[in-house]
Amino acid sequence: MELNQLTIHELHALIKKREVSSTQIIESVFRQIDAVEKDVHAYVNLMKEYAFAEAARADKCIKEGNIKPLTGIPIALKDILCTKGILTTCGSRILHNYIPPYDATVVEKLREAGAVFTGKVNMDEFAMGSSTETSYFGITRNPWDLERIPGGSSGGSAAAVAADECIASLGSDTGGSIRQPAALCGIVGMKPTYGRVSRFGLIAFASSLDQIGPFTKDVEDCALMMNVIAGYDPLDSTSVPLDVPDYTEFLTRGVDGWTVGIPKEYFIEGIDPEVMEAMKRTITVFERIGVKCVEISLPHTEYCLAVYYIIAPAEASSNLARYDGVKYGFRAQEARDLLEMYKKTRSAGFGAEVKRRIMIGTYALSSGYYDAYYKKASQVRGLVKRDFEEAFTRCDVILTPTSPTPAFTIGEKMDDPLQMYLSDIFTISANLAGIPGISVPCGFTRGGLPIGAQFLAGHFEEGKLIQMASAYEKNANLEKRRPNLSLWSTNRS
Amino acid sequence: MEYEPIIGLEVHAQLLTKSKIFCGCSTQFGAEPNSHTCPVCMGMPGVLPVLNKKVVEYTVKMALAMHCRINEACNFARKNYFYPDLPKGYQISQYAHPLAEHGYVDIELNGRRKRIGITRIHMEEDAGKLLHDEHIPSSYVDLNRTGVPLIEIVSEPDMQSADEAAAYLRRLHEILVYLEICDGNMEEGSFRCDANISIRLKGETAFGTRTELKNMNSFRNVQRALEYEIKRQEYLLGSGGEVVQETRLWDDAQGATYSMRGKEEAHDYRYFPDPDLVPVVIDNAWIDEVRSSLSELPMEKRERFKQEYQIPLYDAGVLTSSRALADYFEEVAKLSGKPKVASNWIMGDILRFLNEEKRDIASCPILPQSLAELIRLIESGTISGKMAKDIFEDMYRTGHGPKQIIEDKGLVQITDEEELKKAIEEVLAANPVQVEQYRGGKEKLFGYFVGQTMKVTRGKANPALVNELLKKMLAGS
Repeated sequence: MELNQLTIHELHALIKKREVSSTQIIESVFRQIDAVEKDVHAYVNLMKEYAFAEAARADKCIKEGNIKPLTGIPIALKDILCTKGILTTCGSRILHNYIPPYDATVVEKLREAGAVFTGKVNMDEFAMGSSTETSYFGITRNPWDLERIPGGSSGGSAAAVAADECIASLGSDTGGSIRQPAALCGIVGMKPTYGRVSRFGLIAFASSLDQIGPFTKDVEDCALMMNVIAGYDPLDSTSVPLDVPDYTEFLTRGVDGWTVGIPKEYFIEGIDPEVMEAMKRTITVFERIGVKCVEISLPHTEYCLAVYYIIAPAEASSNLARYDGVKYGFRAQEARDLLEMYKKTRSAGFGAEVKRRIMIGTYALSSGYYDAYYKKASQVRGLVKRDFEEAFTRCDVILTPTSPTPAFTIGEKMDDPLQMYLSDIFTISANLAGIPGISVPCGFTRGGLPIGAQFLAGHFEEGKLIQMASAYEKNANLEKRRPNLSLWSTNRS
Repeated sequence: MEYEPIIGLEVHAQLLTKSKIFCGCSTQFGAEPNSHTCPVCMGMPGVLPVLNKKVVEYTVKMALAMHCRINEACNFARKNYFYPDLPKGYQISQYAHPLAEHGYVDIELNGRRKRIGITRIHMEEDAGKLLHDEHIPSSYVDLNRTGVPLIEIVSEPDMQSADEAAAYLRRLHEILVYLEICDGNMEEGSFRCDANISIRLKGETAFGTRTELKNMNSFRNVQRALEYEIKRQEYLLGSGGEVVQETRLWDDAQGATYSMRGKEEAHDYRYFPDPDLVPVVIDNAWIDEVRSSLSELPMEKRERFKQEYQIPLYDAGVLTSSRALADYFEEVAKLSGKPKVASNWIMGDILRFLNEEKRDIASCPILPQSLAELIRLIESGTISGKMAKDIFEDMYRTGHGPKQIIEDKGLVQITDEEELKKAIEEVLAANPVQVEQYRGGKEKLFGYFVGQTMKVTRGKANPALVNELLKKMLAGS
């Protein structure tokens, strides 16, 4: 096993025993990047020099015995997270040259915990998409099948971890953008409760839905990452001043006697049969370890997609108004007046999907339409939230597929926005309700594509998710596989 | 046909907080462009607003002073529009749920009192400023003002003349400054006013079409603009025309309003609740706390001065025009025990001297204790009124107390009868002709003898005593 293939907790143990250095780890990671990045294209901005310098610093700390939870661990950041002095593009032409003057709170926290940043990873433009195909900086490929998408919008974050081009990464999830790519790339991804992790420095897509979360190779790493990034931040008024438990304590607690709710509205037509089979196998695992599975109902499920596609674009239309060519980022040349400068800048600076959503959102908020769209959607959102509150009186966690299908092929849904939107059908409700969700690997298709299972829990119950996911991970006896990138590389050259 | 105007005002007042409404930047006016900025007020990607609690406190103060109902919970909304001085592309304001509603304020005009309804008071952030260079085809943006806290005070359409509107504005201005939540500086834009105005035939109940007036940066301009606009609308309606609903700018130099027309008009602000901020919940205990910290408002103070100090309403009005002046008066009145005399000195001499130098009461070189002492010296007859005027000038110039000046100049009033008799004898001896004439019936000459006696004593003689002695001595021998 190469160092870059190990987990945070494995590397941390080796570092503690002084058996490996941070520099060795980062060398191993960049060897992998050199070998596979041309195929995967997970990164939009590699920070090799910076990473080696930071690794050297980490090694100094290690020598001094100052070892923090993430000391010397290579971590990639979704390019939606602001990094002081380091290009942050949000996958958009309009920010192609934007260098933030400050660090996002999560970036500070990771650095404080000793993490070594490897670079900024690719994403759908402004996190709008489910395939990482809308990035201005080119597509990212799924390490399990380079003809397929890695999911999105945090496709780069997922692909980088799956391809061992980093040990863990951060992404953001507005409607499934962490959980869906984690499922499609065969790794663990968690969207925390809204308000659990500070959004300060996360470039906003839809402020009431966005949440930052980790991509990791296993559940234990997820707990370790959550320990670092969770917590109240005075700079984010929507973050919640609640104590953060030590999430690693949940890893070994077991789930004997727990109840898992299976929402009948989620097992619908259109789910890939192999995904359905994987779900059935997952339920079998639960039954084997003393977990009761009960059917539950989330009656407003059918409205989730519609509600989401009012609220998210509405907020986005306002959040993206600041990209006007005046202060930073891309500005179109040869405009005769202010209005023309705005129009040319925004026409050329944004891609088609972003423009589509700005138009939908602008329309939904327009005078005369506000009540019918935004206001109504907000009301239905309240009902969705109540559905979950009621459901959690009957079960500890809810199980659903993360995505209705495994990774689809590149270009397959690009011309059909509605089909693309449907890939988030199982993940969107958690964002609307503000509850946490995790996607864990639960097997492969016969064609070798990963499948993910999603667990959902009540507000601030990330611990429960980790407890359940960890128990499942230990007992599912899933086949250990890694994507064979060298094979692909050879075939494609 | 007689028309009556209907006027409602929207006032924007900058709050005197040290830092901005959603970040820690300074609110100080006049700094180097863009020096009071940070990623938050510059609208950088990824930043979030955090509400400054002082802004809520100040707004609650104003709401209490305006007798408003303070909503238990209010929230912020985004007002979306594109302009280079608005870095986020939206202004954070309040819309559906403002902090306070349903209040009123009483104004006085020509001795009559009138109650003006307050529709709402809400918090919002100010925008930046554009700077244009005549010589090159580009503009600059200064974001120092971006995020400076404002409150918007919206009145009901309760005013029926430009005079009433001006009285209302002055009243609002006075209260804001009194509460020390706004510096009231209209030139620097700390206190700005827009007006909605329509006219209708007297007796009519429906409103006419209104216009919105902007760009009036002084009380006088508000009054002039409204007067102009009333005439303009009257002319339009009177000549069979129609008022167009639009925004009009006041042109000070032309003395006229003109239509802004076009793009600024067509805004659909697409208000919606700002998802980056949580609702502001205001509990009653805190409101009570703020209420107990409220200072007495000018109108109440005016009434109290009139009652407590038995001074004319006019005096009370002048003396309460600023909190510092009122405090000054109260101290002098209490220390001297002569409120009306204190009022005369302050309204006459003190304000005249200060106005000449364009100083305010806070920097008055004469301390209230000194002025009270001066008054006591006059009352006790130690100095004459005329002497007091000279001493007052010295006090103002040097900042010294009256006793020190009297001592330095040997200015104590002569109240010794013998000494005065001697002086009068001297005067009578020097003016035998006039004495003869007086005694012959020309009593007008009495004043002449008083003057001569004062001259001989270099003004130090006690005038009452001089009168008494003169009368006796002219009649007597």
